Amino acid sequence: MSAPLLAVSGLGAVSDRDATPILRDVSLRVERGETLGLVGESGAGKSTIGKAILGILPRTVRVTSGHILFENRDLLTMPSVERRRLIGQRVALIPQDPMTALNPGRRIEGQLTDGLRLWRGLEARAAREIALRLLGEVHIRDPERVLASYPHQLSGGMRQRVLIAAAFALEPALIIADEPTTALDVTVQKQILRLIRGMQNTHGTAVIFVSHDLGVVAQICDHVTLLFGGRIIEQGTTSELLEAPKHAYTRALIEACPRYDRPDAGLRPVSEELLARLRAEVAAP
Amino acid sequence: MSPDILVADNLEVAFGGARRWFGGTGPQVKVLRGVSVRIGRGETVGIVGESGSGKTTLGRALLRLIDVTAGRIVFDGADITRVSETGMRPLRRRMQLIFQDPMASLNPRRTIRRIVSEPMLFHRLVPTAADAEARAETIFRRFSLPLACLDRYPHELSGGQRQRVGIARAALLTPDFVLADEIVSGLDVSTQAQALNLLKSLSSELGLSMAFISHDLSVIRAVCDRVYVLNAGEVVEEGPCEAVFAAPRHAYTRALIDAIPLPRIDPTWLQRDGGADVAM
Repeated sequence: MSAPLLAVSGLGAVSDRDATPILRDVSLRVERGETLGLVGESGAGKSTIGKAILGILPRTVRVTSGHILFENRDLLTMPSVERRRLIGQRVALIPQDPMTALNPGRRIEGQLTDGLRLWRGLEARAAREIALRLLGEVHIRDPERVLASYPHQLSGGMRQRVLIAAAFALEPALIIADEPTTALDVTVQKQILRLIRGMQNTHGTAVIFVSHDLGVVAQICDHVTLLFGGRIIEQGTTSELLEAPKHAYTRALIEACPRYDRPDAGLRPVSEELLARLRAEVAAP
Repeated sequence: MSPDILVADNLEVAFGGARRWFGGTGPQVKVLRGVSVRIGRGETVGIVGESGSGKTTLGRALLRLIDVTAGRIVFDGADITRVSETGMRPLRRRMQLIFQDPMASLNPRRTIRRIVSEPMLFHRLVPTAADAEARAETIFRRFSLPLACLDRYPHELSGGQRQRVGIARAALLTPDFVLADEIVSGLDVSTQAQALNLLKSLSSELGLSMAFISHDLSVIRAVCDRVYVLNAGEVVEEGPCEAVFAAPRHAYTRALIDAIPLPRIDPTWLQRDGGADVAM
């Protein structure tokens, strides 16, 4: 069996300020082309894992243990210049808030072609050609106009499409999508999810999809890892987790979701007892 | 006594159109184009729509926080469409608002105790501060909020606790009508479930009438009796939740319902819904 694209093992991280553990012994793997959902409520550590892979952890967070093997090379021990070269070309990010991720003072063209010019050494004209093609791929009708626009001239859905195009620009092997649809209307969310999935199929890209929404994860992920308090509570295929959840917390989270199809079910908050038990469970060494 | 606590007829709200310096007027944007809603006593009514549909504007117009350019608003049998700010004051206690972002609506420099007691004193619901605090403590117990929260500041509470404080502050004024504007978006599902259950039991126990604004139809289905679907400033569909969800008549409503991802495996969901990839 060939090695997975990404293998995280025993990853631990603490807050430098008060030594609070943020990640505890996190292990997961991502195969080429697959989608892994990282799910949990706020403070579960799901975004931190994505940031650790990208090497963009805030200065107050320190990795204390573990390995992040990407294409068989450990990102945590690699010299930082080399790591940036590898991550810059092979891993991309689709951020949550397209307004803060785009530079408000630069036109889309420059922001979409930066990577191509930096890592591929392309001339402006060649990079522009690729940018136009990518905007077409994300179903933007008038790519020329969008390239000449500033971020504020585009709608939220359009900005998110631009960021998806940017993420795929360098044909990365892995994309980390951090709550990419949380700020969007449901109908736009569905278009964006379909788009990410479609692009992923065409380009053979693996995706780590960070989300608090089990509904979204159910529709687009192959595997799911559920976290609480920085520790993995349950992981498995999406159908295992949703249809035969083993952990009480997984079941409780599913039952907390509002269900328009079954109005008498759902909306049961996770009980205080269970939360207390979980807190004890994750704190145990 | 009318069976409805609040009736709005043909509301129209237009922004812009201000007179410019050298004559002429700016462009006018109609945000509401003849919207009619009614909220029965003890009823919870959902108002759903996407960004730009006018749902928040509608809520603000119902509470007379913004002026309408046309239409009529009747609260508890009295026409309040053109009532002055001073004239509205006696009604303010009876119509309360719970905001989307409690961090922005709770004064960061005041303790929770002061935030929840002051409105009761202002409206002379209680004779002394001690009475106000006693009431606050009762409702905090009922909302499973630790009493220690009373002496904290808003930033020291969790998001779910802050939202419950927002609900408590409104409920303590024993209003006849409450407008809840996107109060659970941004909360985790478990916290969301807790806040929604609280609202549901409040409305059934106190016979509260409520308008519940949300972009999320699943949430509306869970708490509302009836729903209005708003699109581009117009009501495109209305009816009891059960009927609307079982057989939506308008294509927009169908699209909204089908766009909700449910936590179950549904292999066709992603590709479903007529319009393939909508180009922008």
